[in-house]
Amino acid sequence: MTPPLARLEWKVATVVDIRDETRRARTLVLEVPEWPGHLAGQHVDVRLVAEDGYQAQRSYSIASAPGSRHVELTVERIENAEVSPYLCDVLQRGDGVEVRGPIGGYFVWRSEDPGPLLLVGGGSGVVPLMSMLRHHAANARIPARLLYSARTLDDVIYRNELDALAATGGAEISIALTRESPGDWRGFRRRIDRAMLEEIAWPASEGARAYVCGPTPLVESVATLLVELGYDASQVRTERFGPTG
Amino acid sequence: MSDRPFIARGFHSRRPAENANRIPPGQYETRDFPVLSAGPTPRTPLARWDFTITGSNGRTVRWSWEELRALPHEQPTVDIHCVTKWSKLDTKWEGVSVDTLLALASDGGVNETGFVVAFSDGGYTTNVPLSDVKGGKAWIVFGYDGAPLPAEHGGPARLLIPHLYFWKSAKWVRGLRLTERNEPGFWEQLGYHDRGDPWREQRYQGDP
Repeated sequence: MTPPLARLEWKVATVVDIRDETRRARTLVLEVPEWPGHLAGQHVDVRLVAEDGYQAQRSYSIASAPGSRHVELTVERIENAEVSPYLCDVLQRGDGVEVRGPIGGYFVWRSEDPGPLLLVGGGSGVVPLMSMLRHHAANARIPARLLYSARTLDDVIYRNELDALAATGGAEISIALTRESPGDWRGFRRRIDRAMLEEIAWPASEGARAYVCGPTPLVESVATLLVELGYDASQVRTERFGPTG
Repeated sequence: MSDRPFIARGFHSRRPAENANRIPPGQYETRDFPVLSAGPTPRTPLARWDFTITGSNGRTVRWSWEELRALPHEQPTVDIHCVTKWSKLDTKWEGVSVDTLLALASDGGVNETGFVVAFSDGGYTTNVPLSDVKGGKAWIVFGYDGAPLPAEHGGPARLLIPHLYFWKSAKWVRGLRLTERNEPGFWEQLGYHDRGDPWREQRYQGDP
């Protein structure tokens, strides 16, 4: 681990592209001046300053792979919040936005890390896992599995890319739809539970590393179940997303 | 330092003005109680739980769960500030002042030095200067909002240092190790600030 010694300075990034991912989530493609590079799983802080000096900051996970030309953030719109509606509805291509980072050194995956890779995400918790999957796809030495829980098929972020990863064998992708699912849906139709993890998670004896990211109840439940299934607690890394706006 | 903020086009304040002077820069008030931790929630049976304070001279004073609970309680109501940007006002805790524990540790031969490493079930550590846990500023708490502290919020017991960012308030705390020198803890080795004063916005290494 090499922590940054110099101060993480605020930089004005330029929005060079915007992609709508779902009804509630969009990806901001940012050109960040002097971006030092990041590790898969890290996040940035975003700061918004109003004319009257009022400021708001939030953390957003980086979705793009390490080494990408641009930094991509996928932001889910939280109703009645103050930052995500701005990023999702007001910010336009060509606008500037202040960021600093990358931040975080524990919820990170490096391509040289040992063991099969297990990624478990809920909702927008898939964002840092996507950075890991993209990094993995370019550096695949070990097998990877993603178990991703979303409310409906329309809420699945990166759906086409995940389908493509699964089709090319780059990773095994399992999706659990918790609210409604199409009649011909072949994935799971329930919340992530013990039986699902017994089916999807690598056996503990294979020395897997797990990354779990999503709403607190999902993360608490999955992390506890993985430990019950024999995972060493130090091999289960978690990041909890609250509805923090 | 070129830190003049860039004005975000079309961004306006939505913060209710009433508590503005209690919210540090870059923070927002939440009524929820978000949970943040780096790994699974550890669960140690109370019969095997203990709390220790160890000095740099090797002396250790130990309390069982019952012994800790039997010490004089305090009920601090404090504002807390998480480095992930949320602040929560008027949180109500119950526990034992670290002053009480340090005095008993001193009686037991533990020598007093300038720094503290708090350590927890699950391997978490965090470091603070001794001066940040003395003088009515820190507690070992086992009650929250009139009920036992839930495991996901650090129960059975956590450190509470409300004047610093909340990662310093180690969950699942099992003891304090007094050290001669500052020894960076878990997040402090991963790029987070050594002291973490929210009013000075000391989030990451290199912040003022």
